[in-house]
Amino acid sequence: MAAPMKICRFRSCALYSRIKSKPKHSHLYKHCRHNSTQENWKGVIGLEIHAQINTKSKLFSASSTAFGAPTNTQVSIFDAALPGTLPVLNGECVRAGVKTAIALNSKINKVSKFDRKHYFYADLPQGYQITQQRQPLAVGGEVEYILIDQNNRYVTKTARITQLQLEQDSGRSLHDEEGRQSLIDLNRAGIGLMEIVTEPDFENGIDCSSFVREVQLMMRQLQVCLGSFREGALRVDANISVHKPSEPLGVRSEVKNLGSLKDLRNAVDYEIKRQKSVLKNGGTVINETRTFDSESGKTIPMRDKERLQDYRFMPEPNLPPLYLYNNSTAAQSRDQNTTNIDEEIQNMPPLPRDVRNKLINDYNLSLRNVYVLVNEDKGVTFFNEVMKYSNSPPNFIANFIVNDLLGVFNANDIKIRNSPISPDILAEIVDIKESGYSTVAYCSQLVELYLKQDITERPKTVVDNNGWRQIVDTETLKPVCVKILEENPKLVKKYCKGKEDKALSSLLMKALNETQMKGHPVLMKKIFTELLEEQKQK
Amino acid sequence: MLSLTLREAISKLKDGSLSAAELCEKCVTRAKRVQELNFIVTENFSQSQREAVHSARLWSEYVSGRHNEWRKFGGIPFAIKDNFCTKDIRTTCASHILNNYVPPYTATVVQKLQDAGGVIIGKTNMDEFAMGAGSTDSIFGPVRNPWNYKFSQSGGEQDKTNYWHITGGSSGGSAVAVATGASFGAFGSDTGGSTRNPAAYCGVVGFKSTYGRLSRHGLIPLVNSLDVPGIFAKSVDDASLLFNAVAGHDTRDSTTVTDSMETFTLPDDISVKHLHIGIPKEYHAPGMSPCVLEAWRRAADLFERAGAKVSEVSLPHTQFSILCYSVLCCAEVASNMSRYDGIEYGHRAKNEDSTEELYAATRHEGFNDVVRGRILAGNFFLLKRNYDNFFIKAQKVRRLIAEDFRQVFGGGVDILLTPTTLTEAPTYSWFTEVDNRTRAEEQDVFTQPINLAGVPAITVPASLSQSGLPIGLQFIGPNFHDKEVLTVAKWFEQQTNFKRLDLSHLDKS
Repeated sequence: MAAPMKICRFRSCALYSRIKSKPKHSHLYKHCRHNSTQENWKGVIGLEIHAQINTKSKLFSASSTAFGAPTNTQVSIFDAALPGTLPVLNGECVRAGVKTAIALNSKINKVSKFDRKHYFYADLPQGYQITQQRQPLAVGGEVEYILIDQNNRYVTKTARITQLQLEQDSGRSLHDEEGRQSLIDLNRAGIGLMEIVTEPDFENGIDCSSFVREVQLMMRQLQVCLGSFREGALRVDANISVHKPSEPLGVRSEVKNLGSLKDLRNAVDYEIKRQKSVLKNGGTVINETRTFDSESGKTIPMRDKERLQDYRFMPEPNLPPLYLYNNSTAAQSRDQNTTNIDEEIQNMPPLPRDVRNKLINDYNLSLRNVYVLVNEDKGVTFFNEVMKYSNSPPNFIANFIVNDLLGVFNANDIKIRNSPISPDILAEIVDIKESGYSTVAYCSQLVELYLKQDITERPKTVVDNNGWRQIVDTETLKPVCVKILEENPKLVKKYCKGKEDKALSSLLMKALNETQMKGHPVLMKKIFTELLEEQKQK
Repeated sequence: MLSLTLREAISKLKDGSLSAAELCEKCVTRAKRVQELNFIVTENFSQSQREAVHSARLWSEYVSGRHNEWRKFGGIPFAIKDNFCTKDIRTTCASHILNNYVPPYTATVVQKLQDAGGVIIGKTNMDEFAMGAGSTDSIFGPVRNPWNYKFSQSGGEQDKTNYWHITGGSSGGSAVAVATGASFGAFGSDTGGSTRNPAAYCGVVGFKSTYGRLSRHGLIPLVNSLDVPGIFAKSVDDASLLFNAVAGHDTRDSTTVTDSMETFTLPDDISVKHLHIGIPKEYHAPGMSPCVLEAWRRAADLFERAGAKVSEVSLPHTQFSILCYSVLCCAEVASNMSRYDGIEYGHRAKNEDSTEELYAATRHEGFNDVVRGRILAGNFFLLKRNYDNFFIKAQKVRRLIAEDFRQVFGGGVDILLTPTTLTEAPTYSWFTEVDNRTRAEEQDVFTQPINLAGVPAITVPASLSQSGLPIGLQFIGPNFHDKEVLTVAKWFEQQTNFKRLDLSHLDKS
């Protein structure tokens, strides 16, 4: 039914008290690993990632999942929970779940089941959510990700996955506080979600956000989730506690619905700080649900009167168990819409980790360059394209993209995937820099130039026409250096007194200015040194 | 004309000796004449008559040879229980909460019936959300059994005493529609006996097929794992015709069996010589009336005399069935009813101070105390602390009950023969002496174990009691042996020659 539903209105105040304080996987916390002997408070965090599955239709109905459609225009009779309607599982959602589970190195359950989780809320038309509580699609697994540690070093780390389950998204409530009414939009109701639950393997905000970033990249690579926080395709809940490494885990709080990596990072760090200070002052942390206010940067307790909510789970009676097959069992399946795990494994695209390893093994790129290239959408593709046209060493190219190009792009809010500079142009600029045909400063100017103007000439021609070639002959440079020395007797004196480095760099700057930044710095430095040493002898 | 069976009516329509328009007209007249039985809650008379006129034209083209296609049920009136969704026809479940609800879609089985040309004369009365065994707990009032009923003279008043008989339930309205001749067949639903019980009390055939054969898409659920669309018919052949017309996999109901089903026609010449008929000893239950016991005994003798092997068998877990049923039923009810919050559709209370208050008022006003009681119990059973002790245990017991049937059928028994009900139809006065729950537990005693096992069963009228009320006997077969169950039932029907209710005298007055 594609016909628009009426927008339902009713006044509400209790709506704001909605709590979904799920009983969390408390048993997991027993397995926490202690790897520090310092007796300082330490954060321990487990995450739940809710990822909207990128399929045309919803998890159990044929209505569209497109983002941004007018309210209540993507609502089937099942989505609106009309009496007598039944769920029909979308095989594409199952395949997306299986792909993700493979990427997470999880153990896929050949038989999984669906359950009903009950709670009353206006944007939950059935009065329950269909999820997989008792026998999820996949259990276990681990993810390797790159993290910038406190000392600004890039390190790799691994986090363990608890489970992956398929479930329905809810609708959305829009609260009109002035008119004291709530409006319900069911377009989102019933979209397939993958909930990825992790073990409590994280220590702080950056740790959490680096992991989520990795999972986000992974899901984008698999095309199972568009992974946009802004459109609500990704939401993260964080279970946070602190303890002293030799002691049992502390009481945790749950911060719900974090809508960006930055919020996740800040919320976790704030919450750790808050809990530490509560404990240091002799207080106790209570098990509660909190929300993050990105404006103040603080977590706030949600009105928690429903904390002891019992979700009254029961098996979903309208869905048979979900069977998955492999090459040896696929023939037994009568259903043509089944998922063959072996086939999915075979068709796996390279995952971010594979891409990183390839860049490291093939080109010996630094971990930082690899991290940045892989994290940038289409970053690796762009790098590989530039590699095709350029004669410079791979790390030189990577450095150029990561430092020079992205510096300019970020300042102008441009993404690599929309780069106005084509890879072959960039390759020529990189080579100009690498060969010394022009100088560092003019190479940056070239990037800016190509970014802002539509230029048909090749970079080399631009350099030639503008006279930006680097001056590399001693005959031209020596007179310049001599002139600078004559004009700056104080610096010469300084040099002679032993402050060689400081004096040299000041002189060099002046000389560069004198040549409109075209002089070869190393060559000029050599000339200066020779001249100054001569003077010193005198 | 109304004494014809569905099969007979079809053959007369096919040879042109009967007009579909006239047939529908007669049914509507009969329905109006017996209106005081309170069996129809939403009439669809004029629409069904329009469709019948159209069908009559198609039939005449067929008869005259201008067309060689024919629709099996072209223009034939059927009645549909008010828990099947029917596009543009109000569907209430006999509850305030859906009093104003008009579905935008039609249930699969009803759609198939309509696709075969069948017309819907009305939606039939029932216990609210099919919770009951009397068809007495409806917002539209109780349904009355046409047997032994003192019909008012035209324009006269309804029987004011409470000594008329109940229809049984919860699909009482559909049973009445078929028994009175107002329709040639009807759909009910059968969760614990809701089709077979009223069929037995009203002297018609009531068939509950194997779970998974008939689509539940569009059937407003009571207990999803037990619900089966039920078929009311004047004869076993008619039930078979209807079953074959609507059975089969439905992509919109994932619990329907995906294997393709071969349609069948029941033979007329049936032998039961090599059959093994089992008589479950646990069904000799206290409270069984002598005439029911007598009918059961006579039927067993009949089979034995015809050469069948008849032996006593045991279904040892039968005694736990009703409790198991209660727990599973309440749990699913609590869950299924949680969608009725007044937001998207249905009744909405005026109290809008907060979402919680709106919900509470809506649901309090919308549901009767039977429904509310089951919701409360079900939520209790599903609480985390009770789940293992109630829900899981009940599921285990359910498995044992299903296993009982498997064992018996695996041990060589072809069909089980039992009474359908303990007694003939009780009076309204007696039935309403105690609460719905007590009555449902005693009424469903022979029928609900069958739902727990998922196996097919049919009730066939066997005889009349001394007071002139019909008595039904039940035939139960193994899963997916729907044809065998129907065949044995048809043989029994042939032997008993039960006289269906004849209300033709009403047409004269």
